[in-house]
Amino acid sequence: MASTQTGTDQAHGAAEAGHASAAGMPQLEFSTFPNQVFWLLVTLAVIYFILSRVALPRIAAVLSERQGTITHDLAAAEELKRKAEDAREAHDKALADARAEAHRIVEGAKAAMQADLDDATARADAEIAARVAESERAIAGIRAGAVENAGLVAREVTQEIIFALTGHPADGRTVSAAVNARMKG
Amino acid sequence: MSNIFFWAMMVLVIVSGALFAPEHAGLAIHPMDQFEVRPLFGHGDIGVFTPTNVTLWMALAVLGVIGLLVLGTRRRSVVPGRAQSVAELVYGFVYRMVEDVAGKDAVKFFPYIMTLFLFILFANVLGLIPMSFTTTSHIAVTAVLAALVFVTVTVVGFVKNGAGFLGLFWVSSAPLPLRPVLAVIELISYFVRPVSHSIRLAGNVMAGHAVLKVFAGFAGALGVFAFLPVFAITAVYALEVLVAFIQAYVFTILTCVYLKDALHPSH
Repeated sequence: MASTQTGTDQAHGAAEAGHASAAGMPQLEFSTFPNQVFWLLVTLAVIYFILSRVALPRIAAVLSERQGTITHDLAAAEELKRKAEDAREAHDKALADARAEAHRIVEGAKAAMQADLDDATARADAEIAARVAESERAIAGIRAGAVENAGLVAREVTQEIIFALTGHPADGRTVSAAVNARMKG
Repeated sequence: MSNIFFWAMMVLVIVSGALFAPEHAGLAIHPMDQFEVRPLFGHGDIGVFTPTNVTLWMALAVLGVIGLLVLGTRRRSVVPGRAQSVAELVYGFVYRMVEDVAGKDAVKFFPYIMTLFLFILFANVLGLIPMSFTTTSHIAVTAVLAALVFVTVTVVGFVKNGAGFLGLFWVSSAPLPLRPVLAVIELISYFVRPVSHSIRLAGNVMAGHAVLKVFAGFAGALGVFAFLPVFAITAVYALEVLVAFIQAYVFTILTCVYLKDALHPSH
């Protein structure tokens, strides 16, 4: 509609007058449509060309490369984690082995000591038994001696008693038989 | 801190309003002048191939696309810099949109949809520069964009599905007597699509820019109190930045929705 221009330019003034007929909306100035459409199509074609030839493949490549890098790094991290796990397992195994070995040695020592102890005990028992047997033998000998002596004493005493009572020496064989019979009873 | 900044700006605005207030305060509101198509050189008639401000700002949009997507990614770093991050963000954003909305088999249309999105986005954002020209505020431009989508979708629909594409208009889930009625409604809505598709974009952009100019005209008329419209302009400008992105997004996602209809016409 009304122009800010003060009519210094004749052609521009004419253009302004043209706008007035288009209800003040340059959007409805149909004479400019072919121009706008032409430049729009050129612009779209240029942008499409740039995007499809340069920009989009490049960005897609960068994105897939990043994805690849991430995947690769993750795989590497997984691998390292697995290695650490293996190392830990090996360490655990070594520890368990050492522990078992120590246990085995302790058991062996214990068993050897037990065997020594058993051996010593057995020998001591045997010695004790031998000594006991010997002592018993000695006691039996002493006892037999004592019985024999008692028999002797009894016979002599009996003969002396008989001699003192009867005035006759007693028959040795009869006395012996009588004493033996008594002592058995 | 931000409080101090706010008051400093306030004082600056009021002082400059007092200093630069026009001697002949008056309403000089020409909100539509900014949309005028002018030849870049001279004042001749506008032919088909005349370089105009349309040419200039579309070329700047192309340069913006090159700057972001080509120069921004020239190092191809695995760990991206700032420009490359933004480029990858836009790429991923549109790619996911195409994949999620239109389906996996629509991915081959991704460069085409990306072209539309980037052109509209850069045209909208560049148009927010003061004194610039907004190419997407012109119905001629958005109508061509929408018509391209409409023709593409229709052709793809028939090529992919043959006559089966007409199943888009035959709502098989509705009761049988209703289907012819629904078919008429669906058919009308199908042909209204490019109209709403184009007018939505141009209308939003044009309205916002015109509002900015109207407030600017108030600022010229109010003298010392010009700071009031200036604040309003600031608020509307922020809204317009939002609209610039949202309209690019809306145009693109609707394109994806239409494309989904063409590829999978069954409801």
